[in-house]
Amino acid sequence: MGKTISEKIISEHVGRDVRPGEFVVARVDVVMAQDGTGPLSVQELKKMDMERVFDKRNSILFIDHASPSPRKELSNAQKLLREFSKKTGAFLSDVGEGVCHQRLVEDWVNPGNLVVGADSHTCTSGALGAFSTGMGSTDIALAFALGKVWLKVPETYKFIVKGKLPDGVYSKDIILHIIGKIGADGATYKAMEFEGDVIENLSMSSRFTITNMAVEAGGKTGLIGTDGITKSYLKKRGRGNKFREIKSDSDANFEKLFEIEANKLEPLVSFPHTVDNVKGISNIEDVKIDQVFIGTCTNGRLEDLRIAASILKDKKRHPDTRLIVVPASREVFLDALREGLIEIFLQAGAAVESPGCGPCVGIHKGVLADGEIVLSTQNRNFEGRMGNPEGFIYLSSPATAAASAIEGKIADPRRYLK
Amino acid sequence: MNSIISGKAWKFGDNISTDHITPGRYFHLRSNLEELAKHVLEDADPSFSSKVKAGDIIVAGRNFGLGSSREHAPRVIKIAGVSCIVAKSFARIFYRNSFNIGLPLLVSNTEEIDEGDNLKIDLEEGKIEDETKGKILTFSPLSPFMRKLIEDGGIEEHVKKHGDFKIK
Repeated sequence: MGKTISEKIISEHVGRDVRPGEFVVARVDVVMAQDGTGPLSVQELKKMDMERVFDKRNSILFIDHASPSPRKELSNAQKLLREFSKKTGAFLSDVGEGVCHQRLVEDWVNPGNLVVGADSHTCTSGALGAFSTGMGSTDIALAFALGKVWLKVPETYKFIVKGKLPDGVYSKDIILHIIGKIGADGATYKAMEFEGDVIENLSMSSRFTITNMAVEAGGKTGLIGTDGITKSYLKKRGRGNKFREIKSDSDANFEKLFEIEANKLEPLVSFPHTVDNVKGISNIEDVKIDQVFIGTCTNGRLEDLRIAASILKDKKRHPDTRLIVVPASREVFLDALREGLIEIFLQAGAAVESPGCGPCVGIHKGVLADGEIVLSTQNRNFEGRMGNPEGFIYLSSPATAAASAIEGKIADPRRYLK
Repeated sequence: MNSIISGKAWKFGDNISTDHITPGRYFHLRSNLEELAKHVLEDADPSFSSKVKAGDIIVAGRNFGLGSSREHAPRVIKIAGVSCIVAKSFARIFYRNSFNIGLPLLVSNTEEIDEGDNLKIDLEEGKIEDETKGKILTFSPLSPFMRKLIEDGGIEEHVKKHGDFKIK
């Protein structure tokens, strides 16, 4: 019997054929932690007297969550990461470089890699045909030192997205639709593979939005087979030689199959407080919003900023709605600056913040007041997520977010398409 | 390992997230787990940390621990004295993090357990006795590696003891 992408990659990293349900020890290619999880990894390594890394370039510490640091406790935690990097040679991606998942796909991850990160959205890299999954600080501490992890080989669910995406509907709407349909635990523990003509025609940026949110359905990872689009992306990133074809075999075993008709989709919004609480824009009555946030590892890439800027050009944000824009990385910020997108945001009345996780983490750059509502392009809307359990988080595509910033309430982006 | 766990049940609903357990506004306390533990589960039950006693058991619905990879979540639950969590299902990263730190999680139908019930869990026998109600429930058997992690006291002790991951 053939293998799924996950089974192929894990088999290669175990050194023998593996099957779903098996517990294995696998070597890893890329290991990372961020400033919310990395300090605990470093503390545990100190405790175990194992302060070392298996591979300097591929053991990475990202300072992106509380970045730049808003409090001394966090500054001290970040100092610990910088010292660990100096001592062991682990790669440090410091303040201003950007969100870990964006940085990983920009400069690290290649098809066929096994990637582990102390961050739940590590599944993002799976769009490059890599097996990439989130774990805790101790798992990552051991992976830094030993270059391997224990894993249970997951079963795979396949999602076939067919047809053509209507105007004003984006990859964010596809993944919100899927999560709304199967639920916040609909794919718990499973690898989620996405394919079909709609996926084949998506840019890498749009694909990352989909795999980024696999964990919001409980998935262990999100995966997309590699193709010409993967190849040209890697080439543009200077890693053309790292391309390889990786797809599931035609006789691989998928535990479940789901088919999605893209033609029927409309812009979607996830309502508080769970991601699967999804509604179509045509069924949403007046929802006034206090803040719009465009950014994050889900939707803070150049393509996202272009879409938002095309809607916000020569317009102003609603006077009662704050607009915060955070490019996902320094490179995204520079490109957006050169293209004039940043000027469009500033003219529209936005606060543009330095690259990183921004207000998504709930500690700085836009914490909500009691009773306030935010519409965000991020991936998660749990109670308290953005720093205040009395706040309400709605999720959408960058287009819906930009249109809503203009109207001051949740708005249909299709009215603004040129 | 002591295979018998007894304690009082604290009941929670479905989809208790890592943000309920360790709210983002306490991000700065992550390097001070004892302090962070004073806010454990604050956004699901604000007085939980003052009520919970050593040995108590959390009983929950579906998808307990969804969300972030933060290992701080199971760690503060353990620091607060909780000996075990029984739920209808668990989110994946929370599940592995808990076993990695030596906190057992059991999957069972928790519908009929009420808050305050005294539970006696036999990990060997795979039974949960609700002593208050005089009922016996079963839980899905733990895989051998998960059992080993609990026996060894977590992944760090496991690696120290065996010099490596000992899957087989």
